[in-house]
Amino acid sequence: MSPALLYTGSGIILFSIGLHALLVHRHLLRKILAANIMGSGVFMVFIAMGVHGDSGVADPVPQAMVLTGIVVSLCFTAVAIVLAVRLNKLTGCTTLAVDEESSID
Amino acid sequence: MTELIVQQQWFLWMTLLPLGAAVAAFLAPRQAHWIGLVTALLLPLCALAAIAAATLSETQTITAGNWPTPLGIALRSDGLALVMLAVTALVGFIISCYALGYFPVRGHHQSRARYFWPLWLFLWGGCNALFISGDLFNLYVTLELVTLASVALIALEGGKAALAAALRYLFISLLGSLAYLLGVGILYGTYATVDIILLGDMLAATRLNHAAMSLMIAGLVLKSALFPLHFWLPQAHTMAPAPVSAVLSALVVKCAYVILLRLWFEVFPALDTIAIGHLLGLLGSIAIIWGSLMALRQERLKLLIAYSTVAQIGYLFLVFPLAHTETMASAWIGGVLLMMAHACGKAAMFMVAGTIHHTAGSDRISRLAGAGGPIGVLVVVFTLAAGTIIGLPPSGGFFAKWLFINAALVSGQWWYLPIILSGTLLAAAYIARVLGWAFLDVKRSSYPVIPWMMKWPPLVLSIIALLFGLIAYEPVQLALSGAPVSSPVLVEFGP
Repeated sequence: MSPALLYTGSGIILFSIGLHALLVHRHLLRKILAANIMGSGVFMVFIAMGVHGDSGVADPVPQAMVLTGIVVSLCFTAVAIVLAVRLNKLTGCTTLAVDEESSID
Repeated sequence: MTELIVQQQWFLWMTLLPLGAAVAAFLAPRQAHWIGLVTALLLPLCALAAIAAATLSETQTITAGNWPTPLGIALRSDGLALVMLAVTALVGFIISCYALGYFPVRGHHQSRARYFWPLWLFLWGGCNALFISGDLFNLYVTLELVTLASVALIALEGGKAALAAALRYLFISLLGSLAYLLGVGILYGTYATVDIILLGDMLAATRLNHAAMSLMIAGLVLKSALFPLHFWLPQAHTMAPAPVSAVLSALVVKCAYVILLRLWFEVFPALDTIAIGHLLGLLGSIAIIWGSLMALRQERLKLLIAYSTVAQIGYLFLVFPLAHTETMASAWIGGVLLMMAHACGKAAMFMVAGTIHHTAGSDRISRLAGAGGPIGVLVVVFTLAAGTIIGLPPSGGFFAKWLFINAALVSGQWWYLPIILSGTLLAAAYIARVLGWAFLDVKRSSYPVIPWMMKWPPLVLSIIALLFGLIAYEPVQLALSGAPVSSPVLVEFGP
């Protein structure tokens, strides 16, 4: 198994774990962590895609993209945590209220 | 003079100006509304100049920092980008005027105005950047800019329900954009470029590419709230203040859809998309019926309008199954036309709902009973704006549906016909329900005074929406310049 394939595979597994956790867990902090793990999985796939041929030189473009992606995911994490803390102060609970979820449809 | 217009990269200024103004408005919160208004005045002028420049010369392409395309970031002003820039400028200008009345600069809600302007300008700049982006990764970044600003705007009210809606929207968007990004990564691995035109030329029908396409389409479908992934939309769009609801429904949902249009017609034509097209068409059809039925059941005006958005998004997704070889242009331009018409109509409806909420103290539809005087005027504006949602001639919605019906008949997919028509009937029904309450013979003791800034902007926009079909020729011609579809636009039924 080549390193590129190993990284791609683990990236996709990380993405799936994060996806599962994001959908299953109710605690907001866990959801935020899950989204970060999903993001890391995607970034890992990007890094693995930088391997072209056997030259041993990595393509720098995906690394630049991952850097941008990390900045974006940092912003999202910060905003999500601020909102979650604020919600916790107002309601005292650490989940999105259930009664509202059922009232959507 | 002509030289001056052509040489300037106006569409680039349309991104830089609002982003710069957002920073300025954040740093000078007391002057934020003036900064916002001046920017909102300048952007339509920039849009006109950009259109003039594009008609005088060819489609303009800029590569950031003059790096050549496989490496550099391409920014293009093709027809689709230009019409979207123009519609955003028009709707954004009117929403800005309305927001000036909605968020009073003095008084105890001062902080809302302070945060609204920077975030709204930021969102506007993000939208404009998205429309001109020519590569998949830049589209991801700009989509995230738009999402971040929308999340903050939804949370603007600061209440429990608003915060919960904002957080839910954030998680959903994050899920959608990460799925999209994974697809981009897979495409980059094979082709070592993310430029839309280069990818469109190189793409082959391999399994890996189909997987990437499915991921990207699924992510964007989630973000553009197609049934059954629409569950987050009604909450998010109704918890926000009225100008924000208007922005979200008119512009933000369209951002993900524009990317989807670009992917479908410019990147993936080589792939086997027929099955996915039919799936999207089926979901769109269910969205039309389900969204309209849900709108019919709502007690609150804002929720009714939000579910109407769900139904209208269903129409937008009929483009994909209807775009066969000979009906390609009809379906494509129908989708673009519907986006523009819906942006004008829906923004006006949300603004009216906000004014009614502001003056009547509640947006329950039953509160409209016996609406006369100033509220009566609002009901009239609401009805005018609803004309394009129902699809009455001569609105833009009418022509878009006409093109869809044409495409359905020519491509032999007659089963979309009853769905398009029953969606129209249901839309007329839920609008008539609002009017039914308004015409009830109830005596009112007092009529509230409505500030003119909250009354006239929606009226202007709703009249534009209603008469859009009469001036649709120019935008359609503009959109078709540099369009990825080449077949003639069919306006008559024929073989």
